[in-house]
Amino acid sequence: MADVKLTHVKKIYSNKVEVLKDINLDIKQGEFIVFVGPSGCGKSTLLRMISGLEDISAGTLEIDGQVVNDIPPALRGIAMVFQSYALYPHMTVYDNMAFSLQIAKVSKDDVDQQVRKAAEMLQLTPYLDRLPKALSGGQRQRVAIGRAIVRRPKVFLFDEPLSNLDAALRVATRMEIANLKESMPDSTMIYVTHDQVEAMTLADRIVLLSAGNIEQVGSPLELYEHPANVFVAKFIGSPAMNILPCRIEKTGEQTEVSLSAKMSVTAPITTQASEQSKAAFFGIRPEDLSVVASEEEGFLSGTVSFIESLGEATLLYVQVPGCEDMVIAKESGTLSIQRGEQVHLSTAPEKMHLFDDNELSYRR
Amino acid sequence: MVASSKRTPLTFLVHATVLFLVVLWTIPTAGLFISSIRDKDQLSVSGWWTALSTSEQRLVTRAYEPKSQVQQGDRFVIRGNLLEGGSGEIARFGFSSLKPEAYAVGDVAEMKKGRTLQVNANGDYVLSSPTEWKGSRGQRIFYTAEVPPRFTLDNYREVLSAEGLGQSFINSLTVTIPATIIPILVAAFAAYALAWMRFPGRALLIAGVVGLLVVPLQMSLIPLLKSYNLIGEFFGVGSKTYVGIWLAHTGFGLPLAIYLLRNYISGLPGEIIESARVDGASDFDIFRKIILPLSFPALASFAIFQFLWVWNDLLIAMVFLGNNQEHLVLTGQLRELLGSRGGNWEILTASAFITIIIPLLVFFSLQRYLVRGLLAGSVK
Amino acid sequence: MAQLASALAIMIMGVLGCAAYFYGSNFLLDKLFPTKNRPYEQIARNLRTANMVRPWLFLGPAVLLLTFYLFYPVIDSFRLSFFDRTGDEFVGLSNYVWLFGSDEFFESFRNNMLWLIVVPTAATFFGLIIATMTDRIWWGNIAKSLIFMPMAISFIGASVIWKFIYDFRSGGDAQIGLLNAIVVFFGGEPQNWITIPFWNNFFLMIILVWIQTGFAMVILSAALRGIPDETIEAAVLDGANGLQIFFKIMVPQIWGTIAVVWTTITILVLKVFDIVLAMTNGQWDTQVLANQMFDWMFRGGGDFGRGAVVAIVIMVLVIPIMIWNIKRANAEMEGR
Repeated sequence: MADVKLTHVKKIYSNKVEVLKDINLDIKQGEFIVFVGPSGCGKSTLLRMISGLEDISAGTLEIDGQVVNDIPPALRGIAMVFQSYALYPHMTVYDNMAFSLQIAKVSKDDVDQQVRKAAEMLQLTPYLDRLPKALSGGQRQRVAIGRAIVRRPKVFLFDEPLSNLDAALRVATRMEIANLKESMPDSTMIYVTHDQVEAMTLADRIVLLSAGNIEQVGSPLELYEHPANVFVAKFIGSPAMNILPCRIEKTGEQTEVSLSAKMSVTAPITTQASEQSKAAFFGIRPEDLSVVASEEEGFLSGTVSFIESLGEATLLYVQVPGCEDMVIAKESGTLSIQRGEQVHLSTAPEKMHLFDDNELSYRR
Repeated sequence: MVASSKRTPLTFLVHATVLFLVVLWTIPTAGLFISSIRDKDQLSVSGWWTALSTSEQRLVTRAYEPKSQVQQGDRFVIRGNLLEGGSGEIARFGFSSLKPEAYAVGDVAEMKKGRTLQVNANGDYVLSSPTEWKGSRGQRIFYTAEVPPRFTLDNYREVLSAEGLGQSFINSLTVTIPATIIPILVAAFAAYALAWMRFPGRALLIAGVVGLLVVPLQMSLIPLLKSYNLIGEFFGVGSKTYVGIWLAHTGFGLPLAIYLLRNYISGLPGEIIESARVDGASDFDIFRKIILPLSFPALASFAIFQFLWVWNDLLIAMVFLGNNQEHLVLTGQLRELLGSRGGNWEILTASAFITIIIPLLVFFSLQRYLVRGLLAGSVK
Repeated sequence: MAQLASALAIMIMGVLGCAAYFYGSNFLLDKLFPTKNRPYEQIARNLRTANMVRPWLFLGPAVLLLTFYLFYPVIDSFRLSFFDRTGDEFVGLSNYVWLFGSDEFFESFRNNMLWLIVVPTAATFFGLIIATMTDRIWWGNIAKSLIFMPMAISFIGASVIWKFIYDFRSGGDAQIGLLNAIVVFFGGEPQNWITIPFWNNFFLMIILVWIQTGFAMVILSAALRGIPDETIEAAVLDGANGLQIFFKIMVPQIWGTIAVVWTTITILVLKVFDIVLAMTNGQWDTQVLANQMFDWMFRGGGDFGRGAVVAIVIMVLVIPIMIWNIKRANAEMEGR
């Protein structure tokens, strides 16, 4: 029953800066939603508006079918895990987790029972009497999560919870959060991150934001395979998708575009006749490009100007005549190609992306 | 920093200079303290620095009264010791104020009527007479002695009982403790509001506090004195009350208190406060359960400031509590003594040391917090 | 004992009364505008009201006290400076005319200016020197602690301490004041220091310098430690010597702090009162503004008008510092 619904939500600061422009979003109960986007895109602000820590300038926010715009955070049935954990430094782990229940005047026995249950679940029982400063980063993070769990919220809000952890711990904690979600299938979780790996691995659905707008909402694979626009295409995936300016030469079910005077490609993407001769963008992911022996097999040719060997893969930076930006190709394993060599690149036609001159995808 | 990389004669110079400055800065207080525990007779005739070493002094004392005489053969003898169990060494002695150094120790001095006096270096004396000693007073004996340092708490005993310093001590405490706690409470609430609550006029209030930080409190005295007289009349309680001075100290201490505490409280991590808000805590809960415990260092440092300031204050106490003996605080008492007993150094030094001992204790035990507070208040 | 008990009772009542206000008012607000277990619309409405009221509950006592004890008196002093000795009759500018025609005022003004130049300069200078040197030696913290100590001593206590040092015995008596003893030791003639016009001002200033150097030292020492080591190391690599490093690298980086220390001590100097009152009470040409004002308040039943005029002069001297402070605080807040 804990749906979260945002209708025409806006955030405008007093100096007339609009940080969120008309956000519409429907989140179903039990979903794991990840807000992702570059820094400054408004994702944290959006989360804080859902939590009640920021006012909503316009539009309505509904939790559980109830408009909660003016309801204080504590009464919205939400719990929040902060980036810095925000543990109360002067309270023990136990008191940290019990704080919200004590404020709500829950009976002592109930508090004890719930705190111990949550501690059990997060393997925090041995640390209940410690102060936060005596805990490791990962343990602090678990306390922060435990503090959220004891409130039995309808909606969990996570604000970049892993960004203060080191790389190894981050992976472990990510899996813990995934497990947590599995053990509480009915609670809705909203998670903010700037890290696309976290977004891809955790989310049921990703909400990709940029400059106060929602760029695309969808499952991780949807965003990867069918980015709605150039921004999404470049944001998801690493290294980012190659985007090459082009011109539409032939429309229809198979669209032919010219990348330069000499090079043209045919992609299995439908375009209308009205698009004829328009400028467009051709997109191809580095990992979808492969080096082929002859010019005839490939569709792109150029000189290798730089090579990065990562061990499990090799990145080739290819200067294609007529293209301003270098094309990046990602080959698995190591290659015997040298700098300055001429290479030919090929791909499977269904991996090609085509965006119109407004950077929006031509839906296949 | 720099010097650690090179060991030069400069390092020695630095040690020497700092030592010199430290001595320069410590000597005045040390002099006061040493003087306050000296014998009052010595205090007024020799510098305190002589008290640390053995000194040659001319002294006078009376021998035992005639009734302690015993008859030995045909002579009547009085025995005793000039130094009365104290240590020291006598060099010369005499029995007349005209010739106090007439005899060397061990000599037998011939007095009138066949009487004799003999004094040994350790102070033992023998008075001997062919006739019975008469009268109720003992013979005067003058002597020159090498006297080692002699320290006593008599001066303290005297000022605490006779000069009303004990009473003033209690008055000072009565003024200081509430005048320290009340501004902390008032300022902490205000500082929290100015740091974390949103309301119109906040920036203006902060600027106001900063502005009032430097207002000389002399400005306030005349108008306040008038107001106090009015209010005192209205309630029929007189204008000089403890409540009056507490509030005055609170008012004058508030700008610094609010400024210090606001700087500290606004530096606390915002997420902790938001987290408490999500946990359902009201502003009052947040203040009580999160802000107060976390601000302990800042509260402590301001408390020390305010304590020192109030305890050491003379002006406000004089204006708002008055000069009558019943309400006089230590600083006021000390000033009275300075006026009335200006030459009695044994009283002044002991009194002064009593007034500064509490601040010094507070200072040395809580210096860490004081420094932290100073830094929060001015380095930015 | 009874005195102690009643003092204790008054203390507890005073402190509890203050705490009771904050508890009570907030409790009342929560009761008047409940936000728990109510319909959503009512919660929202109550919350808005409570949030509007609560800052003023928190600020109320502070604002009232500040207004009554500092803000209103400043205004009223200004008004009183145009009134006669009882504050009842308007006399126009005659207090100001009197002030600028009085020798005593010029004497205290001159002395105040001397204090303003000498004390902050000397205290900051010594503070900087000591801070620099104590940072380099292993017993620096003990040294700092001892030099900082006079900070805890009241002005009046310090006055007694120094009066003892300046003590003068006429004739051939042994000097018990340290200063005269030293003078005599070197074959000089003992002096009654605090009665020598003009120079006695400096003997009084020494007391305040003695007290304030520790303050300057503590703050400057922290500032010096805040200087990034890299800048000094870079200067060493560039071949600068110790003095060049100090004056060209370190001092410029802590100018801001030096200014703060300087102004803080300046404000204190303007209020200096206890030392003069206790040492000379303004005799022998040592009068200062604050003491003069105090004099006029109580001399012969008091002259509020003239006292207020002197207060206004002190206020005017403080105003530039006040403006500078506010500007600094505003810049700081915008930086946040």
